[in-house]
Amino acid sequence: MIEKYLKSEEKIIVALRSLYSKYGYLPYKMNKFEEYDLYAKNKDFLVGDGIITFTDTNGKLLALKPDVTLSIIKNASDARGIKNKVYYNENVYRISGNTREFEEIMQMGLECIGDIDLYDMYETLCLAMKTLNTVSSDYVLEISHMGILSALLNSISANDNFKSEIAECIKKKSAHEISAICQKYGVDDEKAQMLSSFVGIYGSPKSVFERLDSFKANNELELAVNELKSLIKMLEGTEDLDNIRIDFSIVNDMNYYNGIVFNGFIKGIFESVLFGGRYDKLLEKMGKTSSGVGFAIYTNLLEKICFDKKEYDVDMLILYSDKSDLNKVQKAVDTFISEGKSVSAQKSIPKKLRYKELINMEAK
Amino acid sequence: MINVALPKGRLGEKVYKMFQDCGYECPSILENNRKLIFENEEKGVRYFWVKPSDVSIYVERGAADIGVCGKDILLEYMPDVYELLDLNIGKCRMAVAAKKDFYDDNTKTLRVATKFANIAKKYYSGKCRDIDIIKLNGSIELAPILDLSDVIVDIVETGTTLKENDLEVKEEIVPISARLIVNKASFKFKTEQIEKITAFLKEQVK
Repeated sequence: MIEKYLKSEEKIIVALRSLYSKYGYLPYKMNKFEEYDLYAKNKDFLVGDGIITFTDTNGKLLALKPDVTLSIIKNASDARGIKNKVYYNENVYRISGNTREFEEIMQMGLECIGDIDLYDMYETLCLAMKTLNTVSSDYVLEISHMGILSALLNSISANDNFKSEIAECIKKKSAHEISAICQKYGVDDEKAQMLSSFVGIYGSPKSVFERLDSFKANNELELAVNELKSLIKMLEGTEDLDNIRIDFSIVNDMNYYNGIVFNGFIKGIFESVLFGGRYDKLLEKMGKTSSGVGFAIYTNLLEKICFDKKEYDVDMLILYSDKSDLNKVQKAVDTFISEGKSVSAQKSIPKKLRYKELINMEAK
Repeated sequence: MINVALPKGRLGEKVYKMFQDCGYECPSILENNRKLIFENEEKGVRYFWVKPSDVSIYVERGAADIGVCGKDILLEYMPDVYELLDLNIGKCRMAVAAKKDFYDDNTKTLRVATKFANIAKKYYSGKCRDIDIIKLNGSIELAPILDLSDVIVDIVETGTTLKENDLEVKEEIVPISARLIVNKASFKFKTEQIEKITAFLKEQVK
């Protein structure tokens, strides 16, 4: 009965709460405000710049949270063998890339922080797929491994500017810009060619792994590829691999992310709705020794595909006047509600209210 | 169905010709009428003309799956799209131009008139040069002549307009050409069609 009154996005949130709880993730509620310092120290980790700040009554600089992960990390315990598994449903405040204005984003996500192993990474990917599937079966989860890109770049040059310019090309899938950058930094044609062919790699795990085999392996590359292969193998048993693509154009900041990184897309929404990855380096920067992996789905984007079209705002509109018998009005309202109908009692018909049936109880 | 945003004007016509030569023709597009959308159902392609600077918006927000626009637009607006090909047409350069006798002695804030505020800001911040951006929407060449600005940052194709107004290129910022851009979500759900079109277009690039 109550479900009837939930919007599609709300139903999804309820379903996700249940999903995450089943896997042992505990709800995490964060403060409305955090100390600005927490974000200022890790500014590059945040998506986009711009934080809404204000001073509290003691003159301390606070911020409206632009992110949830940093607070969770700050509060996570750091002991061997322990894993903190939490999920959240919070609003965050950021500058929109399109309008350059502040916007409120509804995020639902989970984090697993602690002594992370292959199983935890598998579980996170598995839950990311189940999350997308809760919204629509027509989804794509694309996965990359930051270790593969960094191994490849490290094997070519130690120059940070070169690496970041190439990473930018890979992000845009712009193979045509690789050779000019390689020329600028004195990287030979053979390596430029290898990078160009790397940019074009995209598709099902099987096809991607076949193409990766042609790359000259070094230890770092092999480790990363093997980890990715093991994860895909584990997912094979539980999830539909047809929805997975390997895409190396997901390039998150290498100062924060190390292992797997992934994005989720839902058909009908023009941008990525789910973001996630492994961020051990962020934990390290925050003075923790443990590892972390997690993701968030932007639930505010879901309204683009969730249509709750109703023909009427209310089933019944009861019109009464000052002289009407209010007991009769009250009785009529109660009766309709007990029949499962929605009722609005009004003295005149509101301009924008759409109703199915009009009951006139006006007395002259 | 693949939605293609083409930039209105000469460049767009050249781009359509490339698509046509790849087998994605849509003859109705050449008819002189006021229609906005042109479709060839059999080939699975739908074209529409938009203002060149709007192509990236249509593609980024998924109204078009793919589109063609100048690198200048991509550098200025930094849309979150894939840039799959350099079509090697519509070639020109982004440059700093000024009156022939202008000499920047670095003693004053440089007044820069431009349509491309972000490109100009980035270029001068890379040189640690203090500038005052004057955002204009057209006839940029007029600014230094009327002493509205010291220099302009604009696209230079042949340089004729500059020459006729006694201006000249002082510094080159970046070469510009038309790029094939693709919406990120469309790429996931229409991979095969988009990769096919890209491969065909790549063969046409001279």
